Amino acid sequence: MKLLKTLLTGAALAVGLSGAVHAAEKVKVGFIYVGPTGDFGWSYEHDQGRLAVEEAFGDNVETVFVESVPESADSERVMTQMALSGTDLIFATSFNYMDHVMNVAKKFPNVKFEHATGFKRSDNVSTYSARFYEGRTVIGHIAGNMTETNTIGYIASYPIPEVIRGINAAYIAAKKVNPDVKMKIVWVFTWFDPGKEADAATALIDQGADIIMQHTDSPAAMTIAEEKGIYAFGQASDMIQFGPNARLSSIIDNWAPYYVNRVKAVMDGTWASTDTWDGIKPGMVGIGAFSDKIPADVQASATAIKDALSAGTMHSFTGPLNKQDGSVWLKDGETADDGTLAGMNFYVEGIDGEVPQ
Amino acid sequence: MFKLERRPIPSKAMVILTPVLAVVLTMIAGGILFAFLGKNPFEAIRIIFWDPIFNDVVASYTRPQLLIKAAPLITIALGLSFGYRANIWNIGAEGQFIMGGIAGGAVGLAFYPTESVLIFPLMILAGAVGGFLWAMIPAFLKIKFNANEILVSLMLVYVAINFLGAMVTGPLRSPVGMNFPVSRNFNEYPSAYNGELIANTGLHMGVLATLAVVIVSYILLKHHIFGFQVRTAGQSPRAAKFSGVNPNITIAICLGISGGLAGMAGLFEVTGPAGKLSTNFPLGYGFTAIIVAFLGRLNPIGILFAGLLMALTYIGGELAQFQLSVPAASVQVFQGMLLFFMLAVEILVNFRIRLKKKEVA
Repeated sequence: MKLLKTLLTGAALAVGLSGAVHAAEKVKVGFIYVGPTGDFGWSYEHDQGRLAVEEAFGDNVETVFVESVPESADSERVMTQMALSGTDLIFATSFNYMDHVMNVAKKFPNVKFEHATGFKRSDNVSTYSARFYEGRTVIGHIAGNMTETNTIGYIASYPIPEVIRGINAAYIAAKKVNPDVKMKIVWVFTWFDPGKEADAATALIDQGADIIMQHTDSPAAMTIAEEKGIYAFGQASDMIQFGPNARLSSIIDNWAPYYVNRVKAVMDGTWASTDTWDGIKPGMVGIGAFSDKIPADVQASATAIKDALSAGTMHSFTGPLNKQDGSVWLKDGETADDGTLAGMNFYVEGIDGEVPQ
Repeated sequence: MFKLERRPIPSKAMVILTPVLAVVLTMIAGGILFAFLGKNPFEAIRIIFWDPIFNDVVASYTRPQLLIKAAPLITIALGLSFGYRANIWNIGAEGQFIMGGIAGGAVGLAFYPTESVLIFPLMILAGAVGGFLWAMIPAFLKIKFNANEILVSLMLVYVAINFLGAMVTGPLRSPVGMNFPVSRNFNEYPSAYNGELIANTGLHMGVLATLAVVIVSYILLKHHIFGFQVRTAGQSPRAAKFSGVNPNITIAICLGISGGLAGMAGLFEVTGPAGKLSTNFPLGYGFTAIIVAFLGRLNPIGILFAGLLMALTYIGGELAQFQLSVPAASVQVFQGMLLFFMLAVEILVNFRIRLKKKEVA
C-alpha cells in the first residue's frame, strides 16, 4: 500500500512541480565523496560530518551529496551540476578533485568551495585538512611496542606528501621504542578498493608483518587481520566492528565541527577563503579507545604522547632526524615546519625501499 | 502458453523498435526500484532521461557534457566494432586509451613552453600511434604464436595502468605540482589544450573527430571492400581465405584500428576534460565502450546512439543522486537494467512471440 501511495503522489508531483522550487532562505550544501558512504572509513566520516550539519541547522539547511565520484573529469561535471542547481557551498572531499574544484570555482564566483587535503586556493576556494600524522605518531608508538616480529605492514595509497608523512611519522614513533622495527610498505594506487586492500594485507602478513596500518579507505585490511589473528588500526573511522580482536586503536577523522562552522559562516555572510590544518587538539583527529590487548604501561605512554601532541609540547617530527640517504634533515631539537611537511617526498632514515618515483 | 518462432528474415522494424522497448522496460523496472527506495519513481525517471537534455536549469550545461562524455565511448566502440565483426576480440581498449594519452601527452609536454599550431596535431598523431603500437603487441603475438588476443590485450591494460603510475611519479611529473603524481595542466599550455572550440557547446577536437570517425566507419563498412572482408572473415574464415583475404593482415588491421582510435580518444580526454595525466584520468571508457559497441549492434549509427544513451544514464544518474539522495549503487543497477533489457529484447529481431493454443487431450 505504501508503495502504491508513493507511486500516486509521485506521479502528481512529477507532473505538477517539475520546476523544483525551493525556499530562497535555505542554505544548500553539497558534498562529493571519492568512495561510497558505506566504506566505513574516509567517505563515511565525511558523510557523518554532513549529517552533523543537518542536525545543527535543521530546516535552515539542505544537504545533497554524490558518492563514488572519480577524481577526474566526472568530478568537474558533478560539481558544476551542483552549482547550477543552486548549491551555496560545496565540500570536495578528496585530494585529486583539486584542479577540477579550481575550474568550477572560476565559473561560479558566488558559490563557495571547500577542498579537503589540497593546496590550491582562491577567493571562493578554501582548503582544509587534518594533521593525521599526529595520530600516526600515537599508533606508531603502540605498534613499535607490540610487534613481535618487529615488522609493521603499511598499506599506502598514492605516493603524495600526505601519505609519505604518515609513513614517516609512524616509523619514527615505532623506532623510538623499538630500534629493530622494520616497515614493509605496499603501494596500491587507489583510495578505495577492498579487493586490492585485502590482497595487500595478505601480502604484508606473508612477509612477516604482525601489525597492519593503512592509508586507504575500507576496512578490508582489518577483516584480514581479524582472520589471521594479528593486529591492525582503524583508519579514518573506528572500524571496531570489523576486527573486535584485531583492532588496537584507531585514527578517527572528525569533520563535523569544521563543517558546521563553515556552513554557519556562509549563513552569517562571514565565509572567507582560509587554509585549515587541525590536529588532535581541536578534535579534528581523534584517537579511538585503546584495546585491552595493549599492556597498561603502553596505554599510559601512548596517552601521554597524545596529550603532549595536543598540548603542543611535542611535535611528531622532532630532530635529530636524517633523511633516508643519511643526510641531516632536522638537527637535535629542531621541529619540521609546515611547508616541508606539506611537500614531503622522502622517507626518513631506516625505512627500506623507495618512494615510487 | 507462449512460444518463440523464428522469423524467416530478421525483422527490420524490430531493429528500430527493440531499443525503444528496452528503454521503456528499463523505465518501468527502474521506477519500481526507485519506488522501493522511497523515492518518487516518475521524478527519478524524469531526472535521468529528461533533465539532462531539457531541464532549463542544468540542461544548458549537461547537453554539451553529453557529447563530451559520449565522444570517447563512441570513438573506441567504433574501432572495436571492426574487430568484433571479424571475430577478433580486443578487450584491452582501456590500455590502448591510456597509452595513447601518455604518448600524446608526453609529446606535448616535451615542447613546453613552445607555442605553435603544429603541436596539437602532432600530439593527436602521437596518441593514435601510442594506442596503435600497444595494440600491435597482441596482434603480433596472435599472428606469430597464435596467442589468445583476449587475454593478451586484457592483461596489457594492467601493464598500461602501472606504466601510467610510473610516468606521472617520474618523467612526466609536474615540476610545479609539489611532488604530487600528476603532469602539468594542459589548460595552462594553450598549444596543447583541447578546449571547447565554441564556448558552451561541448565541441572539442575529440568530438569533431568522433563525428568524422562515425562517417568514415559507415562508408568503410557499407561501401568498401574492407567492410566486406571483415564481415567474411568473421562469418567464414575459410571462405575469406579463398576470396584472397589474408587472415594475418585482417588481425593486424583490426587491432591496429581499434588501438589507434582508442589512443586518440585517450589523448583528447587527457588534454581536454581530464586536463592532465594522472592515475585517475582513465575512467573505464575502454571497457564501457565494449558495451556500447554491442548495444549499437556493431553498426556505426547504432554505436553513435548507444554512446549518447550511455552518456545520458551517467549524467542523469549523477543528477538523480544528488537531487534525490539515492545511492550510487542504485544508479549502477539502473544502468545494468538498461543493458540487460537491451540484450534481452534483441531476440525479437530474429524471433516472434506466438500465443500457443492449449491442446485438448
